[in-house]
Amino acid sequence: MITIEVNNRKIQANSGESVLTVLKREGIRVPTLCHLPDLFPTGACRLCVVEIEGYDGLVPSCAFQVADGMKIHTHTPRAIRARKTIIELLLANHPDDCLYCVRNGDCDLQDLAEELGVRERRYTGAKNDYKVDTSSPSIVRDQAKCILCGKCVRVCEEIQGVSAIDFIGRGSGMYVGPAFNEGMNISSCINCGQCIVVCPTGALRERSSIKEVLDAIDNREKFVVVQHAPSVSVTLGEEFGIKPGNDVLGIMTAAMRRIGFARVFDTSFSADLTIMEEASELVERLNNGGKMPLMTSCSPGWIKFVETFYPEFIDNISSCKSPQQMMGALIKSYYAEREGIDPKNIYSVAIMPCTAKKFEADRPELIHNGIADIDAVLTTRELARIIKLRGLDIRNMEPEGNDSPFGERSSAGKLFGVTGGVMEAAVRTAHYMITGKEMEEYTIKDLRGLDGIKETKVIINGMELGLAAVSGLGNARKLLDQIRNGRNDIHFIEVMACPGGCIAGGGQPLAINKAAIKARMKSLYDIDQSAPVRTSHSNKYIKRLYDEFLGKPLGKKSHHLLHTKYQKRDVLK
Amino acid sequence: MSDAVKRILENYPNAHRDSLIPILQEVQEEQGYLSRDVIVTIGEYLNLPASKIYGVATFYNQFRFKPIGTYHIQVCRGTACHVKGSARVLDAIKRELKIEPNETTRDGMFSLEVVACIGACGLAPVISINGEFFAGVEPEKIKGILNTFRKKGTEHGKS
Repeated sequence: MITIEVNNRKIQANSGESVLTVLKREGIRVPTLCHLPDLFPTGACRLCVVEIEGYDGLVPSCAFQVADGMKIHTHTPRAIRARKTIIELLLANHPDDCLYCVRNGDCDLQDLAEELGVRERRYTGAKNDYKVDTSSPSIVRDQAKCILCGKCVRVCEEIQGVSAIDFIGRGSGMYVGPAFNEGMNISSCINCGQCIVVCPTGALRERSSIKEVLDAIDNREKFVVVQHAPSVSVTLGEEFGIKPGNDVLGIMTAAMRRIGFARVFDTSFSADLTIMEEASELVERLNNGGKMPLMTSCSPGWIKFVETFYPEFIDNISSCKSPQQMMGALIKSYYAEREGIDPKNIYSVAIMPCTAKKFEADRPELIHNGIADIDAVLTTRELARIIKLRGLDIRNMEPEGNDSPFGERSSAGKLFGVTGGVMEAAVRTAHYMITGKEMEEYTIKDLRGLDGIKETKVIINGMELGLAAVSGLGNARKLLDQIRNGRNDIHFIEVMACPGGCIAGGGQPLAINKAAIKARMKSLYDIDQSAPVRTSHSNKYIKRLYDEFLGKPLGKKSHHLLHTKYQKRDVLK
Repeated sequence: MSDAVKRILENYPNAHRDSLIPILQEVQEEQGYLSRDVIVTIGEYLNLPASKIYGVATFYNQFRFKPIGTYHIQVCRGTACHVKGSARVLDAIKRELKIEPNETTRDGMFSLEVVACIGACGLAPVISINGEFFAGVEPEKIKGILNTFRKKGTEHGKS
């Protein structure tokens, strides 16, 4: 422990810490635009500059370590003036179209301009004329709004191990883009949307489907149904000022009905179904020697990652469609048949924490005879926008339940929203399938928490199974490289593209920080702990679905409706 | 992978990312430009993503991503040429060929490059086409000069 002085107040710090870390902990807010916690500081934006006695120049606090006796002044006139000038310069070539920007009211640049009291235009630079890249089904890139902080580039490279984008050119002509500055759709982008989550401005945003969905709701011929992913109910509240981690399931369902969705289904139900199929696949591969280790298939960013970077593992991925697509397929088959609705007239919407789900819904192998499993995917953020657009006050709404027959879930399905959750759910059911008995303790502690790679072993019927739950594709790279180099003690791997799982997905509310993610995570664990039904196989609606319609897991009908194929992708990578 | 690129890479055994620029230079020297295939090949060899290589290569003016034309035009934008109106010369060429600097016309006849100074300030404004210098160029003369080469190129193509 060392002692430093900040704004004439003595503060304890650990040696080796950055000045910024200490300031944050002490509740002293120094603004940043390029800082990413856990990654090496770049010191690019210079907004975090402070004065340190004994140093002539301003010092970037993110990239400077504390030392014993250091005297720091964070908000001197000089420091504030420097920050303000930086913002003014960033605004000089900014399009200034805040009123028309998706991030209006939720933009770091706008907030800082406000906070630092920018009230006049001191610098006028030439505006650039970059074209907006709308080629990706998931991500829209508007370079004109980019301030070159580099966070998207770093997340893509250092967290996700994808490196679809980088800085191109130099000086005032520098911009961010994929190799050869071609469309994102033909780059190695895996659509995870983590770049959107870190973007301080409106330069990166999701490709919105709000208009299509509202048009469908307006269309009397369309029967518009909606499903919501497990993690959405524990994050949506944040868009309305509710504390992170609060489960708003009931009021969210009520709001969806008022928006005009004819039926509200819970994707956690089809997550249960995924578990039935995937656990069966695991047991089948264990017994009959299929390709091992088995890898989960519910994260579409992960799937595209394997198809792009590790095609030799395509056969390891479970053939199960993701819960979103399973639900979509059931709605337009079983449900349509049961209710006597022509599948052509059903418009199926999915509310997802994810931008890659938009890409997934467009995959040609998930569209049959012109009928797509899913017609539109909205992110959690887009749902919040519709709720606001429709003037719905969710804080004063009575909770409502989901619709039958896809409304009742086990808490195993709900756990899909968090890293390690699919694995826990699958082991619960695989254990039952192999032994005919329930596990004594459902919770697998080693698979919980925010670590990027979590490993454990479980023994089922004397057979030792190696399990790994990975989140963040950079971590997936590490594990896949180990397997490529001969590691063979793992039998089942869950991968979530986004670090922490869907609760921190690319479509989630933007104020993502570790505390919020932990709160969201805890919320899902609490739901599981107190749930009456905690295994997918004991969800009686799942049983009924098999009895009435599907037959048995991995059966003919399941194979046709609930399973899919993957393909190698040849892109510039 | 072309044999030439393969040979260049063989000169860099166990290379890491710090060899990127010399490799790019040699490949461009050999092939005249950096193709997509080459960038992928180098990326695989050095274990670098294509976006990164493109990012590095675009940082420097020296790298090209399209093959140069039969006639490679270098327009000097050095101080002396600038004072003598090289900006208008460049504009005239761009207009005439409908390409931007570092691009090549669709027929592969001309490519355009802007250079800082070719050390012929006495001749300003100066352009060089395949090493042949044109001194005191005026924008009005551009069309004529390019037509001479166009004609030469077309006849050459026929024979």
